[in-house]
Amino acid sequence: MKSNKPDVGPLLEIKNLKKYFEIKGGGALGRKKQILKAVDDVSFEIYRGETLGLVGESGCGKSTLGRNILRLQDPTAGEVVYGQENILDYSKKQMRSLRKDMQIIYQDPFGSLNPRFTIGQIIGEMYEIHGLAKGAEKETKVKELLELVGLDANRYHSYPHEFSGGQRQRVGIARALALQPEFIVADEPVSALDVSVQSQVINLLIQLKKEMGLTMLFIAHGLNVVRHISDRVGVMYLGKLVELSDTDSIFNEPAHPYTAALLSTVPEADPEARKERIVLKGEVPSPASPPSGCNFRTRCPLATERCSQEVPQWQETRNGHFTACHYPLEKGETLRDAIAQRGNDADKKMNNLIMA
Amino acid sequence: MLGASVKEEVNQTEEPRRRRRFVLLSRLKQNKVAYISLWFLVLVHAVVFIGPLLWPYSPEELTGTGALANWSLQHPFGTDDLGRDVFARMLHGGRVTLLVGLCAMLFSLIIGTIIGACAGFFGKVVESVLMRITEAMMAIPNFFFVLVALTVLGTTPFMVVLVIALTGWVEIARVVYGETLRWKEYEFVEAANAAGATAKRILMKYVIPQILPSIIVSGTLAIAWAILTESAISYLGLGIQPPTPTWGNMLQNSQQYIWTAPILGVLPGVAITIVVLAYNFLGDGLRDALDPRFAKK
Repeated sequence: MKSNKPDVGPLLEIKNLKKYFEIKGGGALGRKKQILKAVDDVSFEIYRGETLGLVGESGCGKSTLGRNILRLQDPTAGEVVYGQENILDYSKKQMRSLRKDMQIIYQDPFGSLNPRFTIGQIIGEMYEIHGLAKGAEKETKVKELLELVGLDANRYHSYPHEFSGGQRQRVGIARALALQPEFIVADEPVSALDVSVQSQVINLLIQLKKEMGLTMLFIAHGLNVVRHISDRVGVMYLGKLVELSDTDSIFNEPAHPYTAALLSTVPEADPEARKERIVLKGEVPSPASPPSGCNFRTRCPLATERCSQEVPQWQETRNGHFTACHYPLEKGETLRDAIAQRGNDADKKMNNLIMA
Repeated sequence: MLGASVKEEVNQTEEPRRRRRFVLLSRLKQNKVAYISLWFLVLVHAVVFIGPLLWPYSPEELTGTGALANWSLQHPFGTDDLGRDVFARMLHGGRVTLLVGLCAMLFSLIIGTIIGACAGFFGKVVESVLMRITEAMMAIPNFFFVLVALTVLGTTPFMVVLVIALTGWVEIARVVYGETLRWKEYEFVEAANAAGATAKRILMKYVIPQILPSIIVSGTLAIAWAILTESAISYLGLGIQPPTPTWGNMLQNSQQYIWTAPILGVLPGVAITIVVLAYNFLGDGLRDALDPRFAKK
């Protein structure tokens, strides 16, 4: 359905990106410092014209990753290569002019719009900041944008609080598109919306992406949202990318046990199609004190001694299918099969899961 | 039909803006004391700033009626120990006192807002340096700082305003600092950064407008404090120097006549008290009216 190998080169290359936060507290007098690895050594490419979906549980670092790529936060280490230059080396001034090309759509349609500005001012700011349009010209452009995202151009003078959540999100989209960027980070753009509105906004994004030839990093916490919009999907767990492949491959032949478990929780539209639901036991460990070796081993039904000692390498296990796992699933293999076949204490491991 | 619908649309967009502007006044109205204080202060300022233009007598020249004269139609508050018209002196003195209060408040607001906003917004070294300076200022007893500074620098009106302002900004800086820390975390501020706005633009257009309500409240309280301080130092003879009248130095002058002509002391004393009280009431009322939790009640 969707192209597996895009024929154009990467628009962005993210190399060994790390974002660590120092958290104070713990120890006597709160002197002991802990390091929270929000994004830990993540590398991937985003191809020109593709939509890369990024999923993971709350707190896994996916939003932090998106913000660091745009340098809204400063990464601790790594590179973000755009047009053969590492933008992490850019000065503030260079960065400001680069922002025309890279935009962000926020999750919260309430907090992301200035409550004291009218819609016209909010979107018009984009032109004024870069000195591109003023006065009547600006107004015409903003009104065109409003119509593009399906809003009434007459509401140019309205304030954000006069709009519904879905409409505000459209304003956020219009703002992101105003300068015709090449690349957009959509940070859970539909998570705060009603289900009925979600699909409208997703369809709008798909349509606009096609019309404007955008490249998009689409962050979401559910796989079902990502499926319709993404060409490729990356899965994050505790600050690390655990799997990345094209959408069909992720959904039909996941290689990482975490992805397989996540997939089994996606609700199916067909009630007849009974499928096995795997619920992982336990909670996500704190990113401030992740487990040794593989981050996922504490909840992984396939984990062995090796997983607690060696950090799994990020590698291409199949054609175009990247995984970080010592024991990736084979093509077509289910998680249950894998547990049954591998290892001696299959029963015990089975108990680590709840299946329904 | 078409005309009507267009009109309706215009109304829809215009209304919220108007509503917003007056919502504060209507909330303030619910606090009777603050609302009365507001109008009382408007009245006092009008009288004190316009009155001297209309009143025929000079505050510094002798009237020829004689010293310590009783009240009369010509001189409603009588004359003082040198035979000057007390009503004229009250008007002019009030003008100087309130002007010093307003100017000192404005200076304090400017200094406090710049320091607080920069410390909160830029963080890191800027924050450490600016907030340590602020805390150091808090450790110095304000009143003695004012006395020492005026003794050293001299007592010109400009110096009086400056020195009062230099002690008044600390509280404002702390309020603005806290509010800046809160607002800079909002996504619309980050969105401005993502749009490529400069730090100056983000501060001026995105952060400070949100803090304005708190700044206004701090300002009203700062005026009260500045008026009180100016009166106190004038009373000690370090404020604005005679013959220029202020409510403070009128009070000092009247001490010797407290038994023979008590009105000379009572008038400026009462004026200072009620103006400062009114400003404090207004500040408290504004604080409540601007509090978002107010809406829930």
